This record gives sequence, structure tokens and C-alpha cells, in this order.
Amino acid sequence: MEWEKDKIRNFCIIAHIDHGKSTLADRLLEYTGALSGREMTEQVLDQMDLERERGITIKMQAVRLKYQAGDGREYQLNLIDTPGHVDFSYEVSRSLAACEGALLVVDAAQGIEAQTLANVYLALEHNLEIITVINKIDLPSADPDRVKQEIEDIIGLDTSEAVMASAKSGIGVEEILEQIVTKIPAPGGQEQAPLRALIFDSHYDPYKGIIAYVRVVDGTVTNGMQVKMIATGKEFEVNEVGIFRPSPTSVEELRTGEVGYIAASIKNVKDCHVGDTVTDGKRPASVSLPGYRKVTPMVYCGLYPVDTVEYENLRDALEKLRLNDASLIYEPETSEALGFGFRCGFLGLLHMEIIQERLEREYNLSLITTAPNVVYRVTTTANTVFEIDNPSKLPPIGNIDFIEEPFVKAIIMVPKDYVGSVMELCQERRGIFVNMEYISISRVMLTYDLPLSEIIYDFFDQLKSRSRGYASLDYELAGYKQSELVRLDIMIAGEILDALSIIVHRDKAYHRGRGFVEKLRGLIPRQLFEIPIQASIGAKIIARETVKAVRKDVLAKCYGGDISRKRKLLEKQKEGKKRMKQVGSVEIPQEAFMAVLSVGD
Amino acid sequence: MALGLYIHVPFCLKKCRYCDFTSYPYRRAAAKDYLAALIREIQLYGTFLDAGEKEIASLFIGGGTPTCLPVGDLNKIIECISSFFRLTPECEITVEVNPGTIDAGGLYELRRTGINRLSVGVQSLADGLLKMLGRVHNAAQAADAICLARQAGFDNINIDLIYGLPDQSLAVWQETLDRTVSFEPEHIAAYGLQLEEGTPLEQSVVRGEMKACPEELELSMYHTAISSLKEGGYHHYEISNFARPGRTCKHNLVYWLNQTYLGLGPAAHSSLRGERFANERELERYRSRLWQGEFPIADRETIAVETEISETIFLGLRLLQGVDLAAFQRRFGRRAEDLYSSQINKLIKDGLVEIEGRCLRLTERGLPLANRVFLEFV
Repeated sequence: MEWEKDKIRNFCIIAHIDHGKSTLADRLLEYTGALSGREMTEQVLDQMDLERERGITIKMQAVRLKYQAGDGREYQLNLIDTPGHVDFSYEVSRSLAACEGALLVVDAAQGIEAQTLANVYLALEHNLEIITVINKIDLPSADPDRVKQEIEDIIGLDTSEAVMASAKSGIGVEEILEQIVTKIPAPGGQEQAPLRALIFDSHYDPYKGIIAYVRVVDGTVTNGMQVKMIATGKEFEVNEVGIFRPSPTSVEELRTGEVGYIAASIKNVKDCHVGDTVTDGKRPASVSLPGYRKVTPMVYCGLYPVDTVEYENLRDALEKLRLNDASLIYEPETSEALGFGFRCGFLGLLHMEIIQERLEREYNLSLITTAPNVVYRVTTTANTVFEIDNPSKLPPIGNIDFIEEPFVKAIIMVPKDYVGSVMELCQERRGIFVNMEYISISRVMLTYDLPLSEIIYDFFDQLKSRSRGYASLDYELAGYKQSELVRLDIMIAGEILDALSIIVHRDKAYHRGRGFVEKLRGLIPRQLFEIPIQASIGAKIIARETVKAVRKDVLAKCYGGDISRKRKLLEKQKEGKKRMKQVGSVEIPQEAFMAVLSVGD
Repeated sequence: MALGLYIHVPFCLKKCRYCDFTSYPYRRAAAKDYLAALIREIQLYGTFLDAGEKEIASLFIGGGTPTCLPVGDLNKIIECISSFFRLTPECEITVEVNPGTIDAGGLYELRRTGINRLSVGVQSLADGLLKMLGRVHNAAQAADAICLARQAGFDNINIDLIYGLPDQSLAVWQETLDRTVSFEPEHIAAYGLQLEEGTPLEQSVVRGEMKACPEELELSMYHTAISSLKEGGYHHYEISNFARPGRTCKHNLVYWLNQTYLGLGPAAHSSLRGERFANERELERYRSRLWQGEFPIADRETIAVETEISETIFLGLRLLQGVDLAAFQRRFGRRAEDLYSSQINKLIKDGLVEIEGRCLRLTERGLPLANRVFLEFV
């Protein structure tokens, strides 16, 4: 296809989870012939196994489509996929920066949800043209007029030209494509200016090195060209330029306004920052494009190999994952109980779970994950202030003047019948009521200030269960507030296990300590000796349980020469032991380190 | 080295509620078919094995209930074996008998076939428990069977007992032990009940109709067995086995010493020429494989030296005398103390094993925790 800048449209799709974003993306691919029906596996854009299994999009993808529009001209459409979970709003903002427009997909039955709102605000911040798509209009429970009203009232978007669509059955797809062409502006940028291309994502390929996903803002990038990364100053020779259709296809060049990828045998992650600007090595641009704000992780946890010899493998794996996930942050740490590992920062709990699962699945590691925590700000009696991302680093109580913890502004949308129970939940979680507003006659938007630590503590599941799955949540960091916090330590067989320490509000410490030791008693298998489990605050023991010693473990009979069976039984038993962490003389299963999260309130 | 030969007879009058061995209800026609197939299998191995491999030091006919078969059938089996294999003069020939399946005449005939050891499945001497287990006999029939066996001339008798049954009290177990000792068998095997998945007994425990024996009580029963039987003049020589001097079970020692054995009949296991293999479990498949002229083997596993080493240790540790470290070194050319030095040190520290007179063995504390010890060698 000939390059004509005015025939390029770069757009993304934003939606609340499950509103049909991936299905719509599939339909657009199908309609424009990027994939034949036969090639279509469900939801092509969700490439990672994990994404398919969980039905969510984690990594964004960029696909080029050819579209023969109603005006008789052929357009180049670049669709940049975005994740739909609150943890990944950072990645959403990266995709938005590479686009001029966004499809806002809203479920015709459910209406706007918390993330709809959050994503729209992000899109407006980036000055994107928004095309509203009311999806799933063929559902029996669809009520598009109500949903349009909600969008006008709450977001303030004009919905007179909203597309009525059903991605599932293909209704409205052509109209969406027409609106993309007619409403979204062609990219700006100067063709003759020195190259400036924004790296909006990257992934690591074992053969080609780092593949940088770029949006060319000015100039042209060609195969064989010498390029320079403005932020790092590193120079490379481009050895492949390509586009996704959706499989990677190499092309000669990417010109102003186009989206694609470049490979330049970049082996080191540090040389290729997402958010950096690629420029011409011989004729460099002087000013870089606005990059991204450095992402701040919301939660931290320790990651340790079960088998200490895997430490190096874990480090390599984290480094590789970081190539694909700029928001992953980690640094080495040591635990008395667990040995060498890493303290890792994540965007949220889902992000943490995904990283953990990928490490275990793709890199075949067996890991101990400690319970997640937020970053606390401690002011000592000597009036020094510092932040801690690990509860065991909290100084002795006597040295602390006060502790502050991060609060978020949380927006919860919920049918009015469940407002009472959701407010109750927020109260229990030390929430401070800010506002309540009717979205429609039957739905309410609640705003609360909540401690982030309470949100990561089983909040989302509780919210779902107390609203029968109807409530949606979005939140953003809103600063630090002073709280009455204490550290709860767990002693196993008389020794404090630093990796199990948590920071908790004083009023909840007793209850949580009690629940935690009960949970641990159920999880720690019986061993050759009795194991006391205690919870303490400072020197004060607040709860105690005991795991009784195993007294009998013997296979009485040796089945008529079936030694293989006996050996397999033993091997199975041994396999179970291997997944446990030996701490001192006690074997502790992986789940124990996360157990505090499932202690009911 | 001489071979241990096992013959599996897969028939019972009625299946016991805790049993997960291969067994079918006894039918004369099926038994005839089985016998014909078994004889083919004996012939097949008889022609396949080298002369040196056909020396039999112990023969064990188990089941199922071998005494479901007419004694004539058992006689045919032994004759067939004698013609294809060589039974050593001091060969131990054991048959499992279940009380209620054989009378005085039958026992006389059995003795005349050359069988010189009986293993009697008594299990318990409490009628209520026998009924719960689904046994076909009661305590009086068990006592009779032993008495008749003596009269028939058997001077080497084993009695199988099970403890740790739902609803079994320590007193009831003690009574069973005492009465068993009063019969003066040469050998007693006392097994803790294992609730095998899918058996009717296990199912009724899962459904909550019965309560499994609490671990502490089972442990007391084990200790009671050890002390009562010692007092009765029995030598505790394997985790679950007790014998009068010189009356240990030669056949089972073959397994515990990880030596060579051949198992014939459905679901029988063999260990031969560095391989372990198991026969087809189903009688029909077992038969049809043989009629096609094939060995009726369903699973085969090649045993690498490392595996053999580890198995030799955990099997040998079942014996109270332990693993003979010198014999181990002669067999493998390596020292177990070196191969497993850290494991052995840890276990010694935990008080679970000891090295005594060049033998590595379980301590008293280690006995009921034997699996924890074995794990270190797997």
C-alpha cells in the first residue's frame, strides 16, 4: 500500500473488562481481511496463553488493517490494543499516546462501569477523538437508550452518532470503520523532519533481540538506518522494520504517522526504554517526544525461589519479563527466612499474579511469593522520613513517631440495591466517604477515600460478592495519610519468620493475627516434631496455635512385589515436600506466605 | 541367584470390603480357563528362561483365595512348575488359605502336594470386625482352620492380622493378639489397615458411615503388637512381620532384599534381568495375550542402577536388622554411607535411623515413621 499520510488512522479500543473489546478487535480484523475466517482463532490479539485463559488483555498489540472506505479510497488503519484491567491503566496510557482516536466500547446492558470512566478520562487527557460504540445490542437485556443517557450525563459525550453494534454477530462493524475514517484525524508530524518515533512497547525475541513497537511521529525509519535512542544515547543499526498484519511482516520503511516495529539486535533491556524516542543517528532530532511518567508500583512483594540454586534463573527471568513489561520493578533483597530473592513492585494484584504465573509457567520456576504490601512512609522520633516497601524493615515501635500509608480515591459503580452493603464494606475497610451520585435511576456512583492496603486485601472479591458481581471499581492514588499502624510478626517454632510479617491497622491486628495463625496451622503439614505458631506485636504474643507432630507414617504392606507402586507413592510424597520451603527445621508450603490474604475480616 | 516365584490366583468366594487386589468371584468355568492360561505362562517362561534362572528357592501361591480352586488344580500348578523349573530341596512352598474355604480333607490333600507352609488369612478374631471387613469366616472357623492345618501336618504356619480398623478398640486388638499367640503359629504378620481408594470400606468412611481409626490409637495398636508378640516368643524382623527363630518368610525376604522374582497370573509383578514388569490385570486380557503366544505383560519398567540402589535401601530398611552395608557395597561397588551421607546424618540426628554392626537400620522411633525415612532415599 502506498504511503499517504492522510489515509492513515491510528486508534485504540477502550472498554471496561468484558464489554467486548477483544471480540470487536477480532471482527475488525476479519472484516478488513487481515485474517480469513479460517485463520481466526478466538481473539487473535490476546496472544499470551494466560490472556486467553483469563479472558483479559495484558499486553497491547498493534495490527495494521487495510480498509476500502465508502469514499472509494483505501485506508491504512492501525489498531493498538489496550488492557482492560485497573492494574494496567499505565499501559492504556501508553497505547493512547500512539493514537489519534479511540473506540469507546460500552456494554448495552451493563452501561458505563468504573473503568469506562477511568479510560475515557485518560483518552481525553491525550486529546483523542472518541467514537462511542454501544456493544451487545442484540442481548435481550440491552437498553441502549439508557446507556446513551448515562454516557451523556456522567461523561458528557455526545451520543447522537454512537454506533449500535454487536461485535459477536458483526452488527455495526462497517459503521465503526467508516467513523474511524471520517472522524479520527490523520496523524500530524513532518515528513521531512529528522526521525522521531515513540517506543510504546517492546518485547524480547531470542533471535532478534529487543523488538521495539514504535509510532513514527516525524520522518522515516528505514532498514539499515543508524538510529539513536534519545534518552539513553545508545546507537544501533536497524536490521528489520516491520508491521503486524497481525503476524510480523517486514517492510522497507515506516513513514510519518505509521505504526510498526523495529529490530536492531538490541540485547540489553536498559538500552531500549519504553517511552524513549528513536531518532536518526546521523541527523538526530534535538527534542524528544513527551515520554511517559515513570510508573509507580502500587504493591510490592518478595519473590524467592523455593530452591535457592534457582536464584540466578529467577533474576534472568525477571530481566526477560521486564523487556515485555516496563511496569515491572524489582531489586534484590535478602530474607533471613527465605534467603536471596527480589522485592518486586507491581501495578496491582492481578499484575502480581500474572507475573508470578508467567515466571512459573514460562520459566519453569518454583517460587515463594510473600503477601503483597504497599509502601509506607515512616517518620522517626529523630524526625527523619523514609519509605519502606517491606514490613520487616519497619523500625522498632519506640523509634517511630508516626506512620503514613497511601490512600486511593476509589470510584465504585453499583446498582442501588447493593449500595448499603458496599458502603458497609468500605466502612469496614477504613474508608472515608466522599460522594454519592445517581448515574441513572437504578445505579449509583460512590466515591471513597480508602487505604490502598485495604484494597489489596481481598477488597475486590468482597466487593463482587456483596454486590452479586454487579459492582465495578476503579481507583487512583490520592496521597498519604497518617494511620495507627503496627507490625504483626509470625513466629514459627519460636523464630520470627520475617517474610510473614505484615503491617496492619491497630484495631484489626488481634483479629487478623488470630485468623492468620489458624490459617497457618491448617497449611503447615505435620512434621516430626510439634510446631508452635504464634502471632505477636512487638514482644506481645496475641495468638497461638500448634501443629501436632506426625506419629505414624508407614506403608504397612509391600504389595506382592509391586515395588514400583510403592516407589511412586514415595515419589509423590517427596514431590509435595519439594514444593515446600525449608525454614530452619520447619517445612513451609508456598501457600503459607500468601495465607494472610485469605483471612476473613 | 535363585528365583522367588509368585503365582496369583484371582478368585475369591466373595471380595472383602477393604481389598483392592485383582480378584473375581469364583466360577468353575473361569477357573478352568485361568488354569489353562497359567499353565501356558509357566511353559512360556520355562522355555524362555536360562537354566540358571529357573532355580526356585521360594514359591508363593497367593491371591485372591488360592483355596477356592480344587486342590487338584493347585497340584497341577505345582507339578507344572516342577517340570519347567527346579525347586530346590529346601524350597519354601506357601499357599494362602482363607478359613471357611477349606476343610480337613482339603488340608490333608494340600500337604500331600508338597506345600510346606500355610499363610492363613485370619485378620481378626472378633466376629463383629470380621463381618465389617466382609470376610466369609468367623473367629471360631479361623481357630478351627489352624487346628486342622496342624492335624494335617503343617508345621510352618503364618497368620495374617489387621489392626487399625474402624471401631476396633485396643482391648479387642489385644485379645486377638493373645489368642493368635495361643495358636502358636510360626509366623505372624500384623498389618495396619490401609484404606485403599475406591474400596467399599474406604467409601463408607468417606461417606461418614464409619470412622477411620485415629492415628494415636493405631500407633498404640502397633506398639501393643510389637510388645505382645515379642513376649510370645516372636522375633520382630520386618515392619509388620514377626517370626519364631528360623521361621522368617523366605519368599517375602526376596522382595525386601530387592532380589529376583517372577510373578505369574493376572496382575502379578516380576523383577528380572534389570526390568520390572506387571501382568495384565484383567483375566480376559491376560488369557487372550497368552493365547496369542505373547507374554501377558502390561507394564514394563527398566530399573536404572540409581533406582535399584534407592529401592534396595528403602526396601532393606523395612527389615529390622536393616540394610547390610557390606552386602550393599559388594552388590553395587559403592558405599551407601557415601552415596547418602547427608541424608543418613540428618536421619541419625533426628533419631530415626542408626548404624549398628555395619547395618543401617530404623530405630524404634523410626519404625512407625518409616515413610519419612524412605523419602530421603527416593
